[in-house]
Amino acid sequence: MIVPISSPPTPTFVVTSSGSEAAVSRFLDLTLGGVTYGAIYAAVALALVLIWRATRILNFAQGAMAMFSTYIASSLVERHVSYWVALVVALASGALIGAVVERVVVRPVERRPPLNAVIVTLGLLVAIEALAGIIWGGSLRSFPSYFSQVGLVVGRTRLAFSHFDVYVVCAVIVVLLGFVILFRFTDVGLRMRASAFSPEVSRLLGVRVGRTLTLGWALASMVGALAGVLAAPKLFLGPNFMDAVFIYGFTAAVIGGLESPLGAVIGGIVTGLSLSYVGGYLGSSLDALGALVIVMIVLMVRPRGIFTPIAERRV
Amino acid sequence: MSVAWIWRLRLPNQPMLRHLTLAISGGALLFVLTTVLSSFNDYQVAQIGVYAVALAGLTLLTGANGQISLGNGAFMAVGAYGAGLLLAHTDVPIAVALLLAVAVGAVAGVVIGIPASRLRGPYLAGMTLALAVGLPSMVTKFSSVFGGDQGLSIAPPTPPNGVDPERWLAWIVLLCVVIVLVLLGNLMRSRFGRAFRAVRDDEVAASLVGISVARTQVLAFAVSAGCAGLAGGLFGLTIGGANPDAFNVQLSISLLAGVVLGGTGSLFGVWWGAVLLVYVPQWATSVAGTLNLQTGQSSNLALLFYGVVLVVVMLAAPGGLQGGIRRLTTLFVDKVRAGIQPSLPSTEGEHT
Repeated sequence: MIVPISSPPTPTFVVTSSGSEAAVSRFLDLTLGGVTYGAIYAAVALALVLIWRATRILNFAQGAMAMFSTYIASSLVERHVSYWVALVVALASGALIGAVVERVVVRPVERRPPLNAVIVTLGLLVAIEALAGIIWGGSLRSFPSYFSQVGLVVGRTRLAFSHFDVYVVCAVIVVLLGFVILFRFTDVGLRMRASAFSPEVSRLLGVRVGRTLTLGWALASMVGALAGVLAAPKLFLGPNFMDAVFIYGFTAAVIGGLESPLGAVIGGIVTGLSLSYVGGYLGSSLDALGALVIVMIVLMVRPRGIFTPIAERRV
Repeated sequence: MSVAWIWRLRLPNQPMLRHLTLAISGGALLFVLTTVLSSFNDYQVAQIGVYAVALAGLTLLTGANGQISLGNGAFMAVGAYGAGLLLAHTDVPIAVALLLAVAVGAVAGVVIGIPASRLRGPYLAGMTLALAVGLPSMVTKFSSVFGGDQGLSIAPPTPPNGVDPERWLAWIVLLCVVIVLVLLGNLMRSRFGRAFRAVRDDEVAASLVGISVARTQVLAFAVSAGCAGLAGGLFGLTIGGANPDAFNVQLSISLLAGVVLGGTGSLFGVWWGAVLLVYVPQWATSVAGTLNLQTGQSSNLALLFYGVVLVVVMLAAPGGLQGGIRRLTTLFVDKVRAGIQPSLPSTEGEHT
């Protein structure tokens, strides 16, 4: 059963008294909503960037893998397992899926032309979504958010920003900080950077490059799974629910240039805000096209993204 | 007594003659086939033809020019809605509507192809994926024109007296397929086709010999999208309408699966891909029936198959079915020829 891809709903507004005040509060609400969604897109973008840096492969199955982990968490929650246990299981399953995918299907195409890897990950995307549809059915289901999704009240106005949104933004910031610490201050992070930078030299220096790549995929897929669990309460969980989120995450990663984790997060926020304004002022059904236009403009102006120095295309 | 003369039979060397010979003989065979088949099977032949047109365009882009497009399903939507709107508001003949489908598809291809020519590999795939995800929302946004989620209905072509409607549909589609294959076959053999392959193999070398890389890539995109537009128009005729659900991301990825399975870059291979795109869903329905799966699961089974096919073919046999067959026949023919007439030079070239 093919479910039409749902675009993230625009936040609901609490209209206040006068016209200009309403316009301001609408703008504020759209901004806050954009930041929350942007954080989710940033998590997807982070996962894409990690894999791209390590293997020069854009993982089109990232969203589908995250969706699968989210379904696992959802089945646990339905069996009255606590939200936090389900979250940990989802992250672990994400890491496992990432590692298995890297070892089994990605490793053989790594040295082939880039088109082959693109096609393989697209194949995975379709296969995983179809598998989830067969296991859990095509109908949409809701996913608990643990924290309240009712907007916070500041002064007398109710913002379009809830406890859950605070949690989403904080979770993504924690992940970003975690990666900064991992890459800057740990041995493992140094090895990962080295094998991405120059696999041959790293191998000569005794780095187990293969293992490092698997670890990179596992970590990236874990972040992807987190994005899935964070996105599921805001959207509805279905086999295709991450398709649109993946596109927005890809947009974010492209804005960041696919190279820099910080760029991915900033790209995510930019994407979230732009799409929120497009949805709020022009109509929410144009979200995905808005993303397309953003990608096209960024790539036309700065083909390697905004946060990477301009470099010659390798021939 | 030998059958050696069979091996001396050769197709004409001049590309146009060769392709016309192939097209006329193939077309005649298919024509006879449609008169024998039941109307249900004729309908399936029409469906296969629709996919063959779409796959031919995609294989030119991906196989010959090395660009990937996940947006060809969206270009099909453009063609289907273009033809559908024209047929709904005017009394033009179907041929004109189909030409319009080609034209709007090609224009959409140029619009997307110009930014696309600056992008490579994964970036291009991502951008066209965004197109495939985003375009259907246009239909709901401007629902007064495009009919929203319900879509447009397109009246099936009225056959002349005494001809079965499904058979008539199959003839229309097959005529289009033959025309498209002949034109694309010639294009692949022309200087444009050589430019496509040169750009695919080495952009720097291609531009050094005076080929404009960007222009070549935009041309390939336009031709591919034109084919997709035609396929979309024909698709609209076969299913009797156009709606956003029919042109989803899964369609684009299935098209890619068809191309990869048939063998990227091979115009013969599109038949394998097209047959699979029609029969795999059917096979999936019957398997889902025997497994007592819920309704609606059969399309998932088909998609699972496509996904696995994409992965397995890329890992095990990147040349696809036609590549495998080509390897086998070359081996076999060479052996037979070597046995019969050792001096015969092997002129085995690339199939078209």
